[in-house]
Amino acid sequence: MGRLAIETRALKKSFGKTHAVAGVDLAVSAGGVYGVLGPNGAGKTTTIRMLATLLRPDAGEAQVLGYDVVRDAQAVRSRVGLTGQFASVDEDLTGVENLLLLARLLGYSRRRGRERATDLLDAFGLAEAADRQVKKYSGGMRRRIDIAASLVVTPELIFLDEPTTGLDPRSRNQVWEIVRGMVAESATVLLTTQYLDEADQLADRIAVIDHGKVIAEGSSGELKASVGAGSLHVRLRAPEQRAEAERVLAGVLEVPVEPSADPAALSARISDPERVARALAELSRSGIDVTEFALGQPSLDEVFLTLTGHAAEETPEEDAA
Amino acid sequence: MNATTAEQASAPVTEDALRSVLLAGERPSRPGPVLTSLTFGWRALLKIKHVPEQLVDVTIFPIMFTLMFTYLFGGALAGSTQEYLQFLLPGILVQANVMITMNTGITLNTDIQKGVFDRFRSLPVWRPSPLVGALLGDVMRYSIGSAIVITLGLVLGFRPEGGAVGVVLSVVLLLVFSFCLSWLWTMLSLILRTPNSVAGVSMMVMFPLTFVSNIFVDPKTMPGWLQAVVEVNPITHLATVVRGLMHGSVPAGEIGWVLVSSVLLVAVFGPITMVLYRNKK
Ligand SMILES: Nc1ncnc2c1ncn2[C@@H]1O[C@H](COP(=O)(O)OP(=O)(O)OP(=O)(O)O)[C@@H](O)[C@H]1O
Ligand SMILES: [Mg+2]
Repeated sequence: MGRLAIETRALKKSFGKTHAVAGVDLAVSAGGVYGVLGPNGAGKTTTIRMLATLLRPDAGEAQVLGYDVVRDAQAVRSRVGLTGQFASVDEDLTGVENLLLLARLLGYSRRRGRERATDLLDAFGLAEAADRQVKKYSGGMRRRIDIAASLVVTPELIFLDEPTTGLDPRSRNQVWEIVRGMVAESATVLLTTQYLDEADQLADRIAVIDHGKVIAEGSSGELKASVGAGSLHVRLRAPEQRAEAERVLAGVLEVPVEPSADPAALSARISDPERVARALAELSRSGIDVTEFALGQPSLDEVFLTLTGHAAEETPEEDAA
Repeated sequence: MNATTAEQASAPVTEDALRSVLLAGERPSRPGPVLTSLTFGWRALLKIKHVPEQLVDVTIFPIMFTLMFTYLFGGALAGSTQEYLQFLLPGILVQANVMITMNTGITLNTDIQKGVFDRFRSLPVWRPSPLVGALLGDVMRYSIGSAIVITLGLVLGFRPEGGAVGVVLSVVLLLVFSFCLSWLWTMLSLILRTPNSVAGVSMMVMFPLTFVSNIFVDPKTMPGWLQAVVEVNPITHLATVVRGLMHGSVPAGEIGWVLVSSVLLVAVFGPITMVLYRNKK
């Protein structure tokens, strides 16, 4: 269809000397999930706030669903839903009160609003917590009510700012399910994240941003190809076989293989995960016993290292090797 | 397709339920400014219900003021506490309300920092409505404060000659003025960074405004230049009106004065507040 849900040109926003967003160009097509990936302070929230008409850009242009975010702010507002990074509902109110408040503000009658609130709470598994104050919700429940609050009137486009940061794997999966469900109903979702695997799991296309600029854009496959698919870690039974193993692995994987600090271990940044199975088979054929192996996704750090030549700042990663 | 509650507890997000809420593509027509403001006012009332501690200032302060000033100054200023109470109570009512309006700014300052205001600002509603609603909710607080002062006054021996009608009229006028004055604090709360600085600046404005007036004493004993200041202080006019209405006279000119200053307060501080609010980062 090719219609663009979001289009920005040289979008800029500074706070004093901080160039939070320093010229962002995005072209997000309608339908599907678009991921904005970046470390702390990259400018993700600032970008979303401009697109949701909360902040006025200093320069550049942004169109959301065909409407200019400055000139047609009201038209944008009536078509998008925003789930901010931090508590985006009133924590003093109960779940049902929050949704009813929004339903009333969006034009539902009191009776229909209450029905809508109840339906949403049911669908999000919050029926039992309906009459509890949101400040007493767990992190996962809170995120779900945050998202439910953006769906009181089903928006054409929904912004989710780091919807899963700080959630445990189970809550994270629930949020992912919700996102997939929304896309299945033909909404467009723009979500920001600090996790490559989240972008990988959900997003059709991903923009990597750093220091307020888009440094890479593409499908998850394209991005990974530019980074390598991850790392293979292998541990041998006999350390003295390491040199030979290194030769065998390098031969099959066609990438440099490096000895690890552990005298029996090796690791390699791989570009093609399919070769891993062959490489392991080749090791056993050469009579080299492998006690452990692990295939790691490239971390955001690796993506950054590759794309920018510098590590993702402010994103501490234990992996110093 | 209704999943049972038990199922939902084990599988919190059910695909079918999710699909049906997303598909319910109801798009009600947009409500007008009055309805959205009232809805935000309802939010303020809900917050009072859930966090009743926030009523401390509207209950404790008025009681403290009334008791302190009546018994501390009554004898010295008017010969007897009973006589002074007749003069003081309407003034205290004004002071209590004006003091309570200050909290509007402090509360709003805390509220606006929260993420939920981002959501409000991203809604397709009349833009001032979250603020107007908050201020309307505060009218509830002013009413509670006023009720407390008047009740306590009656218990202590305050006898309004204007009767119930006079009292009610004066309270209504007071609520109107307080609502309008609260725009000043709302503006401050958008300029200043922390609730503490809002409180500090409000105090600085509030103290001279309430004390350099005719709330506590008849300005006749003050030096001429000070009398001139008291004369232009809107609080003086407000106190005169409330006092008049409560004691059975209708100071029409003064009422006009109060209404005009109310309108002016909103006309000046309302738009400034909205510009600040719109450009808030
Ligand atoms: N209101 C503001 N005033 C001053 N500086 C700001 C403001 N908002 C953001 N910044 C700065 O702009 C930069 C980008 O911030 P932004 O919140 O957009 O990053 P982010 O990518 O969302 O980060 P995170 O992952 O931590 O949420 C940061 O350096 C931040 O300190
Ligand atoms: Mg952010």
